[in-house]
Amino acid sequence: MTMLREGSSRVTTGGVVRVTGLTLWLVITLFPLYWVVVTSFKSPGSINRWPLEYWPSEPSTANYTDLFATSAFGTFLGNSLVVALVAGATATLIALLSAYVLARFEFRGKGAVLGAFLLTQMIPAFIALGPLYAMLADLGLVDTKPGLGLVYVAMCIPFSTVMLRGFFENMPDALEEAAMIDGCSRLGALFRVLVPVMAPGIAAAFIFNFVNCWNELFLSVVLMNSDANKTVPAALNGFISTFNIAWGPMSAAAVLTVLPTMLLFALASRWIVEGLTAGSVKE
Amino acid sequence: MTATALRPARAGAPREPRHRRTFRGRNALTILGFLAPAIVFVCWFTYFPMLQGAHMAFRDWDLWDLTSTPWVGLANFATILADPVFPVVAGNTVVWVVGSIVPQLVIGFLVALGLWRRFRFRGLYQALIFYPWAVSGFLVGMLFRWMFNAEFGVVNDLLMKAGAIDAPLPWLADPKLAMVAVIIANVWYGVTFFAIMILAALQSVPDEVLEAAAIDGAGTVRRLFSIVIPYIWTTLALTVLLRAIWTFNSPEIIYAMTGGGPAGRTHIVTTWMIEYTQQGSYGLASAIGLAVMVVLFVFCAFYLTAMRRVNQR
Repeated sequence: MTMLREGSSRVTTGGVVRVTGLTLWLVITLFPLYWVVVTSFKSPGSINRWPLEYWPSEPSTANYTDLFATSAFGTFLGNSLVVALVAGATATLIALLSAYVLARFEFRGKGAVLGAFLLTQMIPAFIALGPLYAMLADLGLVDTKPGLGLVYVAMCIPFSTVMLRGFFENMPDALEEAAMIDGCSRLGALFRVLVPVMAPGIAAAFIFNFVNCWNELFLSVVLMNSDANKTVPAALNGFISTFNIAWGPMSAAAVLTVLPTMLLFALASRWIVEGLTAGSVKE
Repeated sequence: MTATALRPARAGAPREPRHRRTFRGRNALTILGFLAPAIVFVCWFTYFPMLQGAHMAFRDWDLWDLTSTPWVGLANFATILADPVFPVVAGNTVVWVVGSIVPQLVIGFLVALGLWRRFRFRGLYQALIFYPWAVSGFLVGMLFRWMFNAEFGVVNDLLMKAGAIDAPLPWLADPKLAMVAVIIANVWYGVTFFAIMILAALQSVPDEVLEAAAIDGAGTVRRLFSIVIPYIWTTLALTVLLRAIWTFNSPEIIYAMTGGGPAGRTHIVTTWMIEYTQQGSYGLASAIGLAVMVVLFVFCAFYLTAMRRVNQR
């Protein structure tokens, strides 16, 4: 709490306490990641053996080769990538339009639209699963990437709309006005003038959507079942449905699943903080 | 907001501000056109299936005979309430939400305070401390399930090395410890969200006010409680609300770690719903889902009203 003190460049007892506390939490935060990486590189025989090894005594990539030999994990990663990229980008584009209108106009029903978006957060995923399955079956879209993608777009729109609306509200109106005086249409002004200025916020919203699609579990488990179309979470779920979990290949799969989103977050953590500040803290 | 109110309706026409304040006139088309895709998607793939699911809550759905689904009114809700597991699940849900949120808020607040002022490597600390957010709840559950493993779990090994326990504990098989374990996993996962939101809010506390208070002789703790917390109070309250909704509604960690076991001792409403779904009792599962929504909605309404009252004071 000593960080409330002004002038923080000097080494103070407060500063020491603060950095020590943060370091402690950092260690706790990083430990599960360290443990899963270490487990994934242990040789299959040394995972279930006492004493536990905190560093693999016989480093091995057997768990990774095993994972790819026994499952189509490469295909799953590819499927997840395609669905998350396309659905994440589509949802960001759609949310951009709705966020713009919700930030710039006053109209009847605006509160209802925002309320309906907020309400989606209270719906348990499971209540809609059965009907959603039946609906996609009628459209012939069960177990297809477009089918899962459509559902993900709908899942991502509410939160990214709220987030992007915050960004628009921080943008001066003068930008589009000038463009529209020069003869731009509203859509033209939005995409030629506002979008370039808002690029970091849009990137943050996209990354957020991408990560949500990449991580979503129950829809992917229920809607995707063929090896050709399955995404990563559906495959990971397969690990717990067996009685004896193969922790080695499981850890390898976990590492490969977490790496892409972790890298994205590390790259964009500042934009995401800004995006959340602008979007949710207001009002 | 003030800037928005001053904006002209059309390019170069700073007149008729009322024009923009209504759904009439030239902007109606823009508003409709821009909102349509979002509304269509959310209605089609979220609200429509949700309403159908809610409808199922009033019918008898038997997995073995889906051709006859008679209307049974509130019978499914009565079955749920009469289930001897119900009081256990309700209690577990409260323990799960409160037990997760309180430590998340306290630790998240401390982490945000720690990251507030500049220091060497702050950017690195921030990026690393925030990474759990990129991990899915399901995967968090799997990582902790492995760490809490009774035979080869690292948690037992560390506790034994520290001398805290003599023999390995069966964390996820013990009726009391299992809830502790899933809550620990959820606290680990949720601190990040609190830290990000609170850090963002702290950036908005004006330095001058803090400096003035310091000059007036207010100590660190005094400044924290008299200036900082009142200043970011709205963010704190809204973050707690959002997080409570998500925690209530997210079965992933428990689903991955215990599946609600041992003997239902870690079942919360949403994992209970999964179990009914897996048994093919869609009517009962939907009844739980609908009840969850109603409870959350009422809770939100009360919470936001209470917040407004406090804010007016």
